[in-house]
Amino acid sequence: MGVRGVGATKEEAFEQAAVALTAVITDPEGVAPSEEIDVECEAPDDELLLAEWLNALIYQMATRRMLFARFEVRFDDSRLSGKAWGEPVDVGRHSPAVEVKGATYTQLKVARYGTGAWLAQCVVDV
Amino acid sequence: MDISQFTRHSETEWLIEASGRMRVPAVIYATEELVRDMDQKVFEQATNVATLPGIVKASYAMPDAHWGYGFPIGGVAAFDPDEGGVVSAGGVGFDVSCGVRTMTTGLTSEEVEPVKSQLAEALFRHVPAGVGSRGKIKLNDAEMDEMLAGGASWAVGRGYGTPQDLERIEERGRMQGACPEAVSARARNRQREEMGTLGSGNHYCEVQRVADLYDAEIASAFGLRLNEVVISVHCGSRGLGHQIGTEFLKKMTMSAPGYGIELPDRELACAPINSPVGEEYLGAMRAAINCALANRQIITHLIRRAFAEILPQAELKLLYDVSHNTCKVEEHDPGGGRRRLFVHRKGATRAFGPGHPELPEVFKKTGQPVLIGGTMGTSSYILAGTGEGEERSFSSSCHGAGRAMSRHQALKQWKGREMVDHLAGRGIIIRSPSMRGVAEEAPGAYKEVGAVVDAADRAGLSRKIARLEPMVCVKG
Repeated sequence: MGVRGVGATKEEAFEQAAVALTAVITDPEGVAPSEEIDVECEAPDDELLLAEWLNALIYQMATRRMLFARFEVRFDDSRLSGKAWGEPVDVGRHSPAVEVKGATYTQLKVARYGTGAWLAQCVVDV
Repeated sequence: MDISQFTRHSETEWLIEASGRMRVPAVIYATEELVRDMDQKVFEQATNVATLPGIVKASYAMPDAHWGYGFPIGGVAAFDPDEGGVVSAGGVGFDVSCGVRTMTTGLTSEEVEPVKSQLAEALFRHVPAGVGSRGKIKLNDAEMDEMLAGGASWAVGRGYGTPQDLERIEERGRMQGACPEAVSARARNRQREEMGTLGSGNHYCEVQRVADLYDAEIASAFGLRLNEVVISVHCGSRGLGHQIGTEFLKKMTMSAPGYGIELPDRELACAPINSPVGEEYLGAMRAAINCALANRQIITHLIRRAFAEILPQAELKLLYDVSHNTCKVEEHDPGGGRRRLFVHRKGATRAFGPGHPELPEVFKKTGQPVLIGGTMGTSSYILAGTGEGEERSFSSSCHGAGRAMSRHQALKQWKGREMVDHLAGRGIIIRSPSMRGVAEEAPGAYKEVGAVVDAADRAGLSRKIARLEPMVCVKG
């Protein structure tokens, strides 16, 4: 399953890719952004950093049994500081389709379009 | 795929000659129809695998091959450590040791049919399934280490099953050479509440009836009778295996240039077998195999409890337990004598032929049972390993149907509730926490599993023994 974020900035593209990650599991609009968690990760290039960001969220979803609806990303060189807002999984309400095992490097791309907009995408394993 | 890209060696063997950076040829085993239906990415990925250091003889793709991450799913490749051979996290996959376990019940379908609904409920209640589900067993650090070193053998020691079960599991239930210390804190945290859980996606626990026998003698040796009810489980190493796959994909990508490995695709991330990163991965991956074996063993125990409530006369005996995402050390003769090779099977089942020394006594004459899962609305199959499979594919066969359609496309085409009702009309009861999950797993979203096993049979990779039809399916 592919996830793709497009935004006016690289930060926004990463945030939108994370929304797409939630959409693999459930409708993001049905997830209440009531709890906030922090995520930090690091990688030598933008593409590996995207995979790290998504993998960090997958880890948080798995260990906290949560789903996330809203995201905020800040870059500091090769580091990413992020926030995610969400709530515990409610099987009845969210009807989660699949758990995501990990972000892969397949179709992994972080790039800027000629229009100036940013793209952040990869395939995730479910 | 365009078949003009291949040299056709037989009805089911398609060769891609070594060219460019390929060190060995690539071989696809499938019928013409299956090859035509395969994604061109299978060609690219099978040839990319053929460029990796130390690969022996050929890069193989099984009849159910489809586009994977780095290696095709349905990919098989063996590497020689003495020739700079590598081990690849992408060649094993994220769900380390994902596999299938089948048990016989000793009951006929007529005995089970009247209580099918109650049985479905009991299984759904006992076996945690789906996103966010938690297992009832919580492991502390010391217990986690024991589980990672002991596999199903550890689980039996804790009272989940019997010593007889272990005889019917690859590696006799315990993968040697596991290094729990190579398993990160994150991988352990992901597993903390997931022991004895099914997971989601294409994972299931299914009650099936034996609908056809193709070889009465081997079927009898496997303990299979026509119209008998069996139960199959498809799941893997849960969060622990996923995290190990994730971490070593990154670690191997970063370390490859230092080892002088030029990757044609980052997903082919690998490290020399004889290197610190390679050895660390092997230790962690083997621990994840043990986690999968322990997980399926605990689920077996939960299934037995569910049966005890509804059908106390059932006697659930393991037929076999196979893993289809692994890298294992095996002896093969790729030409020029037997050698110790590291055989990667990603979405491929080991299929040792009759007489193989690693098989338990009961399967010495028949060859290894090869368990092929279908979808919740189609048949599953039991095959047996062959002698010629050794020479054809390092004793490997297919693993399942393989998707023909993306989850997104499936969701547009089917509704979960309608699918459940439709299958109920055909006598198949589905229990799942997610109707969207059911729609995404619609039988129509998969290739025809019968065509895949026929191709494996015709190619000599394994022989068809029995066909199973679903009666109840608990989906994650």
